[in-house]
Amino acid sequence: MLTTFLGLFDFQGAGDYMPALLRGAATSLALTACIMLISLPLGLLIALVKLGRSRILRTCASTYIEVIRGTPALLQLFYIYFVLPSFGIRFDPFTAGVIGLSINYSAYLAEVYRAGIAAVPQGQIEAAKALGMSRRKMLRLIVLPQAIRVVIPPLGNYGISLFKDTSLVSIVTVKELIFTGQIVSSTNFQYATVFTIIGAIYLAFSYPSALLVRWLERRMSVGTKVKPVGGATPVTAATQ
Amino acid sequence: MIRLEHVNKHFGEVHALKDVSLSVAKGEVLSVVGPSGSGKSTMLRCMNHLETIDSGTIYIDEVPVYQTLKNGKRRTDNDRAVEAIRAKVGMVFQSFNLFSHLSVIENITVAPIHVLGRSSSDAMAEANALLDKVGLLAKANAYPHELSGGQQQRVAIARALAMQPEVMLFDEVTSALDPELVGEVLRVVRTLADEGMTMVVVTHEMGFAREVSDRIVFMADGRIVEEGAPAAFFAAPQQARTREFLRSMWERNRQLGGTVSL
Repeated sequence: MLTTFLGLFDFQGAGDYMPALLRGAATSLALTACIMLISLPLGLLIALVKLGRSRILRTCASTYIEVIRGTPALLQLFYIYFVLPSFGIRFDPFTAGVIGLSINYSAYLAEVYRAGIAAVPQGQIEAAKALGMSRRKMLRLIVLPQAIRVVIPPLGNYGISLFKDTSLVSIVTVKELIFTGQIVSSTNFQYATVFTIIGAIYLAFSYPSALLVRWLERRMSVGTKVKPVGGATPVTAATQ
Repeated sequence: MIRLEHVNKHFGEVHALKDVSLSVAKGEVLSVVGPSGSGKSTMLRCMNHLETIDSGTIYIDEVPVYQTLKNGKRRTDNDRAVEAIRAKVGMVFQSFNLFSHLSVIENITVAPIHVLGRSSSDAMAEANALLDKVGLLAKANAYPHELSGGQQQRVAIARALAMQPEVMLFDEVTSALDPELVGEVLRVVRTLADEGMTMVVVTHEMGFAREVSDRIVFMADGRIVEEGAPAAFFAAPQQARTREFLRSMWERNRQLGGTVSL
């Protein structure tokens, strides 16, 4: 039984395709970095618009958040890669993947920021007002610096989720880790070995990152009255 | 300095301020006393527009700054006018509200630098002088959570003073403090009164109110019931409602073992 089980694996032969898998991992990391770099500021912008004074803009932001969170990330990727070309808008797979998941993640991150801003005690805002600060100054000097401390741990968790969610863009033929695994295993039929190695690679990045986020969480909670807001797992994680 | 004319304020169904008229002269120390929920704090918060009023007018320096009539309609003043007024009116809160992410010195300098446009070195020098005044120079680089309540409140007073306000509003500034820390905060407030600062002090400390005030206002159920000089107010209150309040305060103090003299 055990021998049969172990017979499914051939780690000695893995050397042949390890470079390909590592390139796939590099692509997954590059996707994660690009998408985070776009959706971190974009999410903040959407959150600020949603908390802003213009009613029309507020409605736009809420609609964006609800539509994006209410539809699967895969559908959003399909739209960008398969539907937009019908309107003459074409992207290469990597760009399409980055745009699709940035749109998706910015909606989730906007809610994280919004919760972080809402967690700043009313007394802090009143004190800022009483000192004659304008809305803008209050936001920049008081509210955002406090909110950022609260949202860093959940944002970190979303970063880890995103690293795993980049596997979704395999659907638009980006050669990230999962898609590379499919290509490799469909030629050498070493499914067990290939996907076990891939799992180990994901874990090798995710677990230390999770430890880092936990450490940040402890550091950030020191000396603030504000409790960290819980970071729910994005819907995209369930669509895989 | 501050004048309220027929101010009304509702919180939903609750009529929090009922036709309140009051004026505070320059250099005057006015204490506002009364039972919880009588509208004292609401009145104070209206003075720097932390609450908007429903009707009436509030004048600061004889300028009707908060509400203006236009085409017979009430309109809240624009943000810039409100901000300009708040910069002139210092406020100290019951719960201190120091900025938790800033050090003591940054708490004091942030508004002078970013609202008044002071240079950072001027603001620092001024802040150090104020910290010295409230006896906390050694804590300049501490963070609020490292300070006791009394120390936090003294920093909050220094923060408000750094704006060089023309009037200071104190909203039950000792109510959240442990009894042994009340004295250090009241000493700072008393110093300001002695220096001739115009102040409106909402307080439950009757002994303190009697000692520092030029005038006492007693509020109950959103109305000003009685006002007068401290000696007359405490010795011979005119209204039954005032006598009842003073008696209950006296009882409370006696039960607390007379930590605060009436």
